[in-house]
Amino acid sequence: MTSKSLSALTAVAVFGLATQQAGRGEPFSPRPQGAAPLANQAVDAGEIVARSRDAFYAAATDMRARVRMVLVSKDGRTRERELTMLRKNFENGEQRYYIYFHRPSDVRSTTFMVWKYPERNDDRWIYVPAINLVRRIAADDARSSFVGTDFSYEDISGRDANADEHRLLREDTLDTGTGYVVESRPVRAADYERRVSWIDRATSLPLREDYYDVQGTLYGVFTSDEIREVEAGEATVPTVVKRTMQNVKTGHRTEVTFLEVEYDVGIRDDLFTESNLRRPPRRWIR
Amino acid sequence: MRGRVALLLLGIIAATARAAAAQEADWPFHGFAQVNWSVRTTSAEDERLLSSDFLLGEERLQLELERFSASGTAGFLVKIDFFHDALDKRADLEVREAYVDVAVAPVTLRLGRQIITWGVGDLIFINDVFPKDYTALFSGQPLQYLKVGVDAFKLDFTSGLASAEFVVVPSFEPDRLPGPDRFVLFDPFPGLQPVERRPDLSLSNMELAARLYRRLVGADVSLYAYRGFFGSPVAQPDGELEADQVLLRFPRLNVYGASLQRAGFGGVVSAELGYYDSREDPDGSDPWVPNSEVRALLGYQRQLWAEAQLGLQYYAEWMQDYDAYLTSLDATSELRDEVRHVATLRYTQHLAYQTWQLSVFLFLGLSEADYYAIPEIRHRLTEDLWLALGANVFGGGKRDLFGALEGNDNVYLVARFGF
Repeated sequence: MTSKSLSALTAVAVFGLATQQAGRGEPFSPRPQGAAPLANQAVDAGEIVARSRDAFYAAATDMRARVRMVLVSKDGRTRERELTMLRKNFENGEQRYYIYFHRPSDVRSTTFMVWKYPERNDDRWIYVPAINLVRRIAADDARSSFVGTDFSYEDISGRDANADEHRLLREDTLDTGTGYVVESRPVRAADYERRVSWIDRATSLPLREDYYDVQGTLYGVFTSDEIREVEAGEATVPTVVKRTMQNVKTGHRTEVTFLEVEYDVGIRDDLFTESNLRRPPRRWIR
Repeated sequence: MRGRVALLLLGIIAATARAAAAQEADWPFHGFAQVNWSVRTTSAEDERLLSSDFLLGEERLQLELERFSASGTAGFLVKIDFFHDALDKRADLEVREAYVDVAVAPVTLRLGRQIITWGVGDLIFINDVFPKDYTALFSGQPLQYLKVGVDAFKLDFTSGLASAEFVVVPSFEPDRLPGPDRFVLFDPFPGLQPVERRPDLSLSNMELAARLYRRLVGADVSLYAYRGFFGSPVAQPDGELEADQVLLRFPRLNVYGASLQRAGFGGVVSAELGYYDSREDPDGSDPWVPNSEVRALLGYQRQLWAEAQLGLQYYAEWMQDYDAYLTSLDATSELRDEVRHVATLRYTQHLAYQTWQLSVFLFLGLSEADYYAIPEIRHRLTEDLWLALGANVFGGGKRDLFGALEGNDNVYLVARFGF
């Protein structure tokens, strides 16, 4: 399924926040390897991934980030996108995202909204300012590139932890941290056949993810390149402020940098509405 | 005169930009420069009536300036197009949008020229009664030029229960339809000179439109109401006119409707309904005024595979008082079906990190066997520049909607640099 390869890369969450839940300070400590029977070990791997999703996608109550995405082709040509992203957590694992594009020029002022649900397809809307049009976007967007990047629409809101089956392989140390190596195989449709994730033991943030296709060939690599502590009220939240998704097959990559990021800034529930898609909330989108 | 105004405006803008540059402030304007040509590919029989093989030839500069207070309470946006029409050899400007926003929660007022788009159809409009420029669409201008701004007062109201938009348009603006100056058209009144009569600028002729919307069981649901006029004129003889003239006028129209859009069947499902209440012909007996109609749309869009989208629509117009229509017709008139069925298909494929886009829109008249196709290739050469090469292809019977445009098949080119 080569057609799937592009967005397979995406199963990782770009936009999510790389952070640990604010105030939830204790590093999680699964049973030591080997001490648990295999069945329990599978459960633990699922918990590791679930916690990682929380840390990466759902830190604090809300977030505002100014994000730059640089697309780099094999021959070194670059293109850039810049956007403001607002995210708020709701009850029952639901989340809402609001995105305003600053650049490039032809998508400037375009807004995009996601209502994410844990167990079903997200609702997604786009607003096209030139004709003042609000439209829903068809939901199978795990397979569509987000504005031409190596990341997919699904990456905005993240893939559910239980959309894959997980197995703890080992512990390992990378330049960026020490953690668990978890293998995940999709239960629900995905572009990859197998994903191997390095998850930091202290922060639960993903440090690296390798994506393999049906032939077992590595085609995509996600890396967290810079992690920084960001204030969130009294606490601080470790946040991936620079990350890269590389398509090994095409040599194309997308580098994402959080130019600004703030937590618990008091975004109201009713920001995530059609009327705000049409009239961007100026105090937030700067 | 307008040329001078345009020059003056450009001068002011240039001066402002220079001042901004001198202070090393941000370049205050956004917009684009665009070249857009369209050439006829059919050799129509009555080609000699036309002075040109070209439907469009223009250079265009759009400048956009907006400022909003940090709180978002007040702001304005102005979007002006300066263009040179190479076919008419004239330069002109068009104010696309120019409005002021005032927000005092839960109400926002938008005063001035603005583009309003309602409904869930793709190139099919039921409850979107605001003016459209079909000339732009048929001659290969980018899609945004299908919509025309209206000079209006709009009040938005938001609450947890429901939101609403109320629109008052003091001065009726009709749709822009292809004219004989550039298009080869079937002339239903050969030899007669059309004389257009728009509704007077009076309080009783103000257009009023309202939309009430909220989410309901996972769906975006809207209710609509409109009081105004048919956007396209009807022709009728008039005693006050010369014998060789025919009157084009805009009968009164009310529209009541609803729309719904939600996720479903692995994609997005849309439905829209509207009742076109023809106020000047309530019983359908006037042959010069359209009968009332029920218009309905069903749409479905989904992703087919990576970077590929498919959109399908079914649309029907059901004429009311069809018996009265039949009785009122004279023998020479073309008979319209009681129900007209239309299907559309849109397919879009992105390639190479969305630097290439292949698309086709197909409009198929199921009742009248006419069609309209818009194939297009678009390429983003750099971040700021895109090129599009496309075509408008029409076909069908001479009296059908798109058959009448058959002699106007064209190939168009757009090059746009945005800033």
